Amino acid sequence: MENERKLEEFQQKIDANIKIEPKDWMPEKYRQTLIRQISQHAHSEIIGMQPEGNWLTRAPSLRAKKILMAKIQDEAGHGLYLYCAAETLGVKREQFLQWLHEGKAKYSSVFNYPTLTWADMGAVGWLVDGAAIVNQVSLQGTSYGPYSRAMVKICMEESFHQRQGFEIMVQLAKGTEEQKQMAQDALNRWWWPSIMMFGPHDSESAHSNQSLKWKIKRESNDELRQRYINKTIEQGQHLGLTFPDPNLKFNEETKNYDYSPIDWDEFWNVVKGNGPGNKLRINHHIKAHEDGKWVREAAKAYSKKINLSKKIA
Amino acid sequence: MSSDDQGILWEVFIQVKAGRAYKHVGSLHAYDKEMAMKSARDLYTRRNEGNGIWIVKSEDIVSSEAIDGEAFFDPSNDKVYRHPTFYKIPDGVKHI
Repeated sequence: MENERKLEEFQQKIDANIKIEPKDWMPEKYRQTLIRQISQHAHSEIIGMQPEGNWLTRAPSLRAKKILMAKIQDEAGHGLYLYCAAETLGVKREQFLQWLHEGKAKYSSVFNYPTLTWADMGAVGWLVDGAAIVNQVSLQGTSYGPYSRAMVKICMEESFHQRQGFEIMVQLAKGTEEQKQMAQDALNRWWWPSIMMFGPHDSESAHSNQSLKWKIKRESNDELRQRYINKTIEQGQHLGLTFPDPNLKFNEETKNYDYSPIDWDEFWNVVKGNGPGNKLRINHHIKAHEDGKWVREAAKAYSKKINLSKKIA
Repeated sequence: MSSDDQGILWEVFIQVKAGRAYKHVGSLHAYDKEMAMKSARDLYTRRNEGNGIWIVKSEDIVSSEAIDGEAFFDPSNDKVYRHPTFYKIPDGVKHI
């Protein structure tokens, strides 16, 4: 009875667009959904540093290298904002890392694809970050205060990511025949994975309805996906490249671009851990974490030492 | 869970410009004050967002949320005379 009343009040707050803060009452399922979603989002930012780090030492100019470094640093920052938001729900940072290492927590499957050429840095920035921005702009309006605030900050920083990616695509698409071919190949490989970033169709999505009702998500997977497709196709027309989908067509009736059916077998295969990079990404994260252990221990010992010397003085 | 930890949780406050109030921007993990300050700079002011930074251990923050919610603010509810709109001023009186 008590819980029913609380649940009703909670829904009224959500309906009135009042943000929920860490110490407010919330249904257990709301908390669990947020823990899963925010940590998954944080892990994606952190794992997403790997495919880009792959090109850091081989960037074609000092300018490109500095930009890529700044972008990767931003991704680390975004991961940290999100871990902090997730921690306000009562789970410790160490626990999130453990769940990631044990395979209990997921991250965006798109980062399991390899970055084979420099053009992939362009395609990742333009398409993968472009898709992420569509999702994140929408999530600025999420009902959980700390998550919403993290999204606002991330969105402010993220637009440079997409623009630098598009700039790489422009340079290559307007370059030599070989460079143009490289850009086309990157578009061919990244287009479908970027579309799949929005998750299953609304009719197949396990968590969607409740999440929309609680305003954890503000728009459905298919709505966000369509928005991304519409704006990206128009951007792509400036490149003179061809999207790898013969059925892309503007639909006068719906004012949207129609597209071919998505290969969901491929999507689920990668989600379940059979993608080209799943093992590589997690093993690398575990190794980096373990290699950093002595640094954490030294920092901890140092903090004890300075505390102690203050007490003596 | 593994024995190594991520350090203490700190809350970060940024002053955007001289003269403005410090505003909460988020939190971070660090083992001591110096490390917390450097991490706050790298994490929250990569684009000149800050003129000043305050950091406080999260556990040292006392929050009204933890006391008794809405009832805590009851004393201010029945004192409408604290607001300027409570007072009737004759028409034509200006700058008041």
